[in-house]
Amino acid sequence: MSYRTPARLAGLALAAGLLAACGGGDGGGGGDPLSDGGGETCQASSGDGVVIGSANFSENVLLAEIYAGALEAAGVTVEKKLNIGSRETLIPALKDGSIDLVPEYTGNLLTYLDEEADEAESDAVYEALGDAVPDGCQVLEQSPAEDKDALVVTKESADSQSLATIPDLQPVAGDLIAGGSSEFETRRAGLVGLKEVYDIEFGEFKTLDPGGPLSVEGLLKGDVDVVNLFTTNPVIETEGLVVLEDPESLFSAQNVVPLITEEKATDEVTEALNGVSAALDTEQLIALMKRVDVDKENPADVAAAWLTEAGLV
Amino acid sequence: MTLFNELVAFLSESANWSGSRGIPVRIGEHVLYTVVALAAAFAVAFPIGLLIGHTGRGAFLAINIGNAARAVPTFGVLILVVLLAGLGFLPVLVALVILGIPPILTSTYAGIRGVEGSTVIAARSMGMTERNMLLKVELPIALPTVIAGLRSATLQIVSTATIAAYVALGGLGRFVIDGQQQRDYGKMAAGAVLVAALAIAFDLLWGLVDRVVVSPGVSGRLPRTRRARDADSPPPTTGTTPTDPLTPEPAGRPT
Amino acid sequence: MDWEWISSNTGEIGGLLGDHIYLAIVPIVAGLVVALVVGALGVRFPRLYPPIVALSSTFYTIPSLALFVIMPGLISTQILDPINVIIALTIYSASLLVRNVMDGLRATSPEVRQSALSMGYTPIRQLWEIDLPIAMPLVFAGLRVATVANISMVSVGALIGVGGLGELFTQGFQRRFYTPLLVGLVLSVLLALLADALLVLLQRWLTPWARLVR
Repeated sequence: MSYRTPARLAGLALAAGLLAACGGGDGGGGGDPLSDGGGETCQASSGDGVVIGSANFSENVLLAEIYAGALEAAGVTVEKKLNIGSRETLIPALKDGSIDLVPEYTGNLLTYLDEEADEAESDAVYEALGDAVPDGCQVLEQSPAEDKDALVVTKESADSQSLATIPDLQPVAGDLIAGGSSEFETRRAGLVGLKEVYDIEFGEFKTLDPGGPLSVEGLLKGDVDVVNLFTTNPVIETEGLVVLEDPESLFSAQNVVPLITEEKATDEVTEALNGVSAALDTEQLIALMKRVDVDKENPADVAAAWLTEAGLV
Repeated sequence: MTLFNELVAFLSESANWSGSRGIPVRIGEHVLYTVVALAAAFAVAFPIGLLIGHTGRGAFLAINIGNAARAVPTFGVLILVVLLAGLGFLPVLVALVILGIPPILTSTYAGIRGVEGSTVIAARSMGMTERNMLLKVELPIALPTVIAGLRSATLQIVSTATIAAYVALGGLGRFVIDGQQQRDYGKMAAGAVLVAALAIAFDLLWGLVDRVVVSPGVSGRLPRTRRARDADSPPPTTGTTPTDPLTPEPAGRPT
Repeated sequence: MDWEWISSNTGEIGGLLGDHIYLAIVPIVAGLVVALVVGALGVRFPRLYPPIVALSSTFYTIPSLALFVIMPGLISTQILDPINVIIALTIYSASLLVRNVMDGLRATSPEVRQSALSMGYTPIRQLWEIDLPIAMPLVFAGLRVATVANISMVSVGALIGVGGLGELFTQGFQRRFYTPLLVGLVLSVLLALLADALLVLLQRWLTPWARLVR
């Protein structure tokens, strides 16, 4: 009777083998995240169309959906790989041919590619970025829409400690807990620059995330007093947060810009994306973000609605 | 530079071994998270395991809830509790305790259930109270299995406590998460290696505890002559791999 | 709970669920194959047993996030290739299963071995027709744990862009939106319980004698 078991096992093994044979198939291209210091070049994806990637935060997904809609309207075949991760994953993905296009931000992309860079003003950043992007990649025209780094406090602490600008922090900083990403701690557009430019040293620093949910939760629940957020984040409006002014322009310009592999940047692709960049501005971006984050609309729907409104499709 | 060289470079840099963000402090934090979570999971699971093991009542329900707890994705729970309660140790504790309960619960239950019926009858006919029977007869015999459960819970908790860093706490996960964000893969690999080393250290410690607290009569480490005389006593239960299908150890490690 | 979000996103949720199943199941099958081969070697050559046990327990303690991120560097794959998560989970599954496989294969009693030998069974035939069926309960105990653990661990892959339902966790987190988060949690738990139940049925089908003996 137990003779049945070997036969059944054999059947199962066969079925599993067949399944594996069907499922497998796409081999690797040889990207190595351990050596993405800049030596490698960008490589276009193997197919005909453009593979669009995005970081795993909603604004970037929204921008990728807008790019995708605009490209489809221009007759370009598009494949979407959204919600991928942070820049640490996206840039290697551009280099190993996993994706061709990603919505980027000029200032942070520049400091990622060149740690020494200290340009802050919009055009200067964009110009420096043109030289810094890896071979095989290029940035198309930048949009006036911006999503800047900022130091943000709650309304209560702004009122009680009369904070409106970053210099206002100087006398009280020793008693405050600041929060931001682990890069914020080490880069110039962060703690280092705050000390250098504004002579501000916080009592404590907590490692959170780059302007994401941890930073928001940390500030709202009182774990930190000052936090690094991005200016299009709708919680600033919904929670009545206060963005501290940056009179010395410590935080560089962060214009939205498409980063694309050269091979895929054909005339029609370039034209469609430049159209998007020209039409989008910061106010619209904030309004769109509110629909995604606060009203919980789907990024794809919000993107399609905006493209129609802007007359791009 | 290869990953291995970067790893060695990170570990041999003396600056990384001192200060409030140094390796010893991170190990201390990691141990703290692990011990607190393990203690909390034990406080919940052990009494329930004893009770249902001894009485046999509610076993089906408790074991199934315990097994369902294994199916809960730690990462999702962590995020959910952060959104509900904010940052801090609570989200990490909740996630780690959920991870620690199933192995402790099932192993305690299985250990007590595994005590031979004749042993229980003998204890009862000697006039032992239920309480004494549980604590003086059943528990000592079940101890190796209970410790096996604790061992596997510890292993999972140590490894998973890495995620504390994802929600802004410390511990060895700090090196893993910061390493990824700062593209310092030597730091990241060092974090992973240190976690693995810590887990192995904990495991050795449990081996030692097992030797010290398990009665020689149960563990089978008695001199041969005496064991021969006790031939009728229950066969020695070896602690590491209980064959009861209810306690498939080593248990899963869901992060 | 935002039901409208669920109904307007069923397609996407279904796709992520499909990815999740694929990412969890393939490593189980691959891990089982590895564990059977390594386990059989470990039983045949007892000298290999201790290093196999030591190595598998060490693998098991490596934090999954670290392994996921380092994987493309170790095996030169594309960074978004699901194979990174699949291989990492295969390592975990195999490490977990190999102990159960070895203990299971060694559970055949000496009397049974003797009988098989005297009936002229070759070692391979004995392995396939006697040792393996006897090992089934222990192997399945391991399979159930590994499957449930894998289904839970796939979510972490969301941090490197390949996470199945885990992407609903990061999405919910980013937008402070409970619905995707809860949908992901519930589906993930249901999937694990369903897979567990299927394995129990499969075990019954493969070990028909278990019911007769009792």
